[in-house]
Amino acid sequence: MTSAAVAGPAEFAPWKDPAQTPLIRFEGVTKRFGDFTAIDNVDLTIYRKEFFALLGPSGCGKTTLMRMLAGFETASEGRITIGGQDMNGIPPNRREVNMMFQSYALFPHLSVWDNIAFGLKRSAMPKDQIPDRVHEMLRLTRLEQFARRKPHQISGGQRQRVALARALAKAPKLLLLDEPLGALDAKLRQQTQFELMDIQEKTETTFVIVTHDQEEAMTVASRVAVMNDGKVIQVDTPARIYETPNSVYVADFIGDVNLIEGNVALKPDGLASLAWAEGAPEIIATAGEGLKDGARAGFVIRPEKVAISAERPEDRNNVVRGRILDIAYLGNISTYHVELPGGQVIKAQTVNNRRLSRRGFTWQDEVWLSWTDTAGLVLAG
Amino acid sequence: MRRFSWFNATSLTLGFAFLYVPMIILVVYSFNESRLVTVWAGFSTRWYGELLRDQAFLDAAWVTVRVAFVSSTIATVLGTMAAYVLVRGGKFMGRTLFSGMIYAPLVMPEVITGLSLLLLFISIGLDRGIFTIILAHTTFSMCYVSVVVSSRLVSFDRSVEEAALDLGCTPFDAFRSVTLPLIAPAVIAGWLLAFTLSLDDLVIASFTAGPSATTLPIKIFSSVRMGVSPEINALSTILIGIVTVGVVTASLVSKRRIVQRERDEKMAGQTA
Repeated sequence: MTSAAVAGPAEFAPWKDPAQTPLIRFEGVTKRFGDFTAIDNVDLTIYRKEFFALLGPSGCGKTTLMRMLAGFETASEGRITIGGQDMNGIPPNRREVNMMFQSYALFPHLSVWDNIAFGLKRSAMPKDQIPDRVHEMLRLTRLEQFARRKPHQISGGQRQRVALARALAKAPKLLLLDEPLGALDAKLRQQTQFELMDIQEKTETTFVIVTHDQEEAMTVASRVAVMNDGKVIQVDTPARIYETPNSVYVADFIGDVNLIEGNVALKPDGLASLAWAEGAPEIIATAGEGLKDGARAGFVIRPEKVAISAERPEDRNNVVRGRILDIAYLGNISTYHVELPGGQVIKAQTVNNRRLSRRGFTWQDEVWLSWTDTAGLVLAG
Repeated sequence: MRRFSWFNATSLTLGFAFLYVPMIILVVYSFNESRLVTVWAGFSTRWYGELLRDQAFLDAAWVTVRVAFVSSTIATVLGTMAAYVLVRGGKFMGRTLFSGMIYAPLVMPEVITGLSLLLLFISIGLDRGIFTIILAHTTFSMCYVSVVVSSRLVSFDRSVEEAALDLGCTPFDAFRSVTLPLIAPAVIAGWLLAFTLSLDDLVIASFTAGPSATTLPIKIFSSVRMGVSPEINALSTILIGIVTVGVVTASLVSKRRIVQRERDEKMAGQTA
């Protein structure tokens, strides 16, 4: 509760505050299934009231990491603590952690009411308080009128809310959500994302969500951990993951990106230049972490940060000329695929903020692409 | 609707005749007045009355029902436990071997099962009687129960059990309050199967039964060897009646459940 007083909802960043102790701590955690290493020496800290997303392609170990928090898997090496307590050897039923399963895992033989009351009946809560708590959960998830129905008598979206209500009923220290919105259609999913955030704020519970959908992670999470092959590649806020990825992998995984490879030379003021093709001017961009002078590196830039123009812009260092190969018109934005003389294709995105079919450029047009020194990043290979 | 062709009508008639004519003859002759089974002497329910006064038959029937009830109940408990361990127990040494071995008694000739049990009972000096029949029937019918229950467990969403653990159940509580209610249809089906198998069984029972306990199939078989009596026809007709009522009830119940389920799903669709 003290953290809210210090930080406030506008600036919630306990990971920046050295006085805060994390709720969850992974210390050198490794998990092996036979010869397969699912989790490889992971260190991670998650703070109270965070909405923390584990993001990665399928098979990256994010679900295993979550199942270790729930107690369904034990670490082969390393230590996991929740609230300072070593969780090794503590079975799922004796953890103040609840999980919302991907399949929802509702008890088909019990009504919505009994599903939500299931955990409470097995807790220390006095019997006469259970109906009130169940009712509170039904109200929170707007399910009051379905209390007597069985899971197969309600729709998919309602089932999802029952699963959430059931997992939240015991007011756990930590709520785990395994691909919670995977089974919903796109429109319902967006709406539910905001509902989840709302409920997380209201209940002040720490949420850890597993997802492979980067948009979902970016929307709901206070911080995102991008995982690959059992390793945590980067942990940061959605904005920083997007704007300052620490590796080509993260840049490529989150959103759309242009990648140009070349040899790097470090420059003052945190900049770097990249020699990427014979005769082409070097690219100037912000230098990423751990960049070594003279090494192979990748330049990454988001398509929306590449400007496209008919005339050569005068005020920029990074200017290349190319020919439009393809145009993807998406309504609100258009993406131009521009081929450089060396055959490299760069994507440039413009916002269609005028309601006109009069587009400036068409196929085969010769255009100039340009970007500022700080628009892109040079990252270690 | 399409009209029946001659070919269809003929094959239907032949097929059903093949299945039911013997039974119809049996039922008809059970109402025969005459003591001679094959000579019709007019309608009578006399043999049903005789049957009810025949203490040996009544005793045999009572033994059979008790054996079937007790053995199928024990077989259901053991078979369900075996299925749970084999499906949920994770990997352990010899699991494949055990899963294979549980199916073996299904294909084993009954004569061999009966004989081996007989030898076992003799070697440990167990007097043959109702207890040995129960043991023998439990042995062979628990495999059937375990097959039925494990097929249900395999198709069962594991995360429902995990959810129960996650919400504070001990493993035993999770089994009792979630797994068992969900596999209950398979457990009940297994029990019914074990019950009917035990009612039916002649071969294994004749190896393991003693003079103190005779089951109905043994009794029927031994009296038929002395010549078919009209009493047997009456008894068989009663058995057919019981089976028919059972099957019709079961199908009506399941039909009603399907209709109910469809209605529920429609309701879920409307409130979506």
